Amino acid sequence: MKLSDHEQAMLAGAEGPARQYALEQIQRVGTFFGAQDCVEVSQVHLMADPESLGEAGVVFLESLSDLPKEQNRVRVPTVTDPRGVDFEAYKRLKQTDQMAELERRAIAAFEALGVMMTDTCINYQTILPPVKGEHLAFGDTGSSIYANSVFGARTNFEGGPSALAAALSGRTPRYGFHLDEHRRGTKLFEATCRPKGLSDWGAMGAIIGKAMESYWEVPVITGIDGAPTSDEIKQFGAALASFGSTPLFHMVGVTPEAPDLKSVFDSSPPKVVEIRENDVAALVKSYTPDDDMLHVVAFAAPQLSLVEMRTLSDLLEGRKLHEKVALLAATSPEIKSACDRMGITAHIEDAGGIVLSGVCFYQMYAREIGEANGWKRLMSNSAKLVNILGGYGYEPMLASMEQCVESAVQGRITGAGI
Amino acid sequence: MSERIYQGMAGIGDLVEGEALVAFDNFSARYDLDRIKGTFSRPDHKLFGESYVGKILILNIAKGGVATAWMLREMVDRDMGPKALILNAANPIMAQGAAFANLPLIDRFDVDITSVIKSGERVAVDPAKASLKVL
Repeated sequence: MKLSDHEQAMLAGAEGPARQYALEQIQRVGTFFGAQDCVEVSQVHLMADPESLGEAGVVFLESLSDLPKEQNRVRVPTVTDPRGVDFEAYKRLKQTDQMAELERRAIAAFEALGVMMTDTCINYQTILPPVKGEHLAFGDTGSSIYANSVFGARTNFEGGPSALAAALSGRTPRYGFHLDEHRRGTKLFEATCRPKGLSDWGAMGAIIGKAMESYWEVPVITGIDGAPTSDEIKQFGAALASFGSTPLFHMVGVTPEAPDLKSVFDSSPPKVVEIRENDVAALVKSYTPDDDMLHVVAFAAPQLSLVEMRTLSDLLEGRKLHEKVALLAATSPEIKSACDRMGITAHIEDAGGIVLSGVCFYQMYAREIGEANGWKRLMSNSAKLVNILGGYGYEPMLASMEQCVESAVQGRITGAGI
Repeated sequence: MSERIYQGMAGIGDLVEGEALVAFDNFSARYDLDRIKGTFSRPDHKLFGESYVGKILILNIAKGGVATAWMLREMVDRDMGPKALILNAANPIMAQGAAFANLPLIDRFDVDITSVIKSGERVAVDPAKASLKVL
């Protein structure tokens, strides 16, 4: 990799060990992917929940936070992905004091670096929406795919260690989705139906994600007549990125780099794969269990927007959740504050639900809280969450928000033909 | 029998030797593993129930989210990690995690690497040369 004089100096340690770490990380990753040089980034979104960090990660962060300020402050605006512990709720969820303590140490270390603790994966809806062509270092698959696809900004998946390197140095290796040639379509899908709700948008994203054969694939989708809402395309992209581990899609006539097919394919488009209504139904059905047992309903992954929180609140109007079923809704601190102000939080909690702030279900020691609370059968309207939780010991089921709420009230899965 | 050496495109980390654990399936530390027990925990993963600790883990492609970038170091720090990660196609998260953990990683071979190595074979991983040799 070709490094500028300034980058060479950081690599040599002239600006202290934090920025030296950053350039070492950049150089190793950039060399692996054949990057020619670095690109400056304007925003960093950093994922670093305590479950992922573990003691080793927190000790590393503390080693940076102990440095003098001029050596360890981030150089571009840096915000955080959801954390693992909501200090207002962790005891109700039977998280341990050890988990909370690791979380407190991680937060203290980040604050010492000048990181802004936004604790959200919907930063593109709530904090600072990216701009077309803007180079970013975003560290959540959902925020990355939304930034690349819906806004036309440019980022790779930047996991915590590399997002932190970008924050400390203001740059990232120039490879992958920063480059025009990697933003061209590689597979073509035609939606012959329009998904009916958020869970179906996620299911369609999941179908496309499953067909991805590597990170470098770029699916192009036709047949969506009229723009989805922000929350619909959020669920679609989050599921696609989760099942496919790919950070960019083009939706012809909807997303900014795809006004038409010829804009995203260099030559003739590849053979089209149709996605029919029964394909979406089959994906949903693949998660349907054999019996109606239910322990927990989780709305998260991505965190809920204000509109989703309002919808949930309305669905719970005049209802009481069954005493044996927990219902959790995770949102960002900004949206939680708005929900508090507008009476939405009170409405959900009066019905027996728990509103979580700044966390996401799968990032908060999902295995441990499942075991501590006896939660195994879980319902969610998030295809992404359902995809992740199988490995955490859950039996997850995908359903609409309406069906999830009705089931939580009845105390058993309803409306799934079981 | 001629030497079995397979050439990848790029590598990270130091030379190691060990026993291969192989499947034509994908990899994410968060989605697929019980990192406390050191086993594959995703029920539909081909290595479900298998221990990966101390193994040269040979799989198809990176899948899932970004957590693996932190988790590899956390696993290595507890002596509960694989010894190396060999993939047909890594993604940035695997490379970032390998760099942060100093865990050997090679990808982009000239063959489907999961089809030419069998679980239980001893292999040498040379990231500097991006090569994998059956011992």
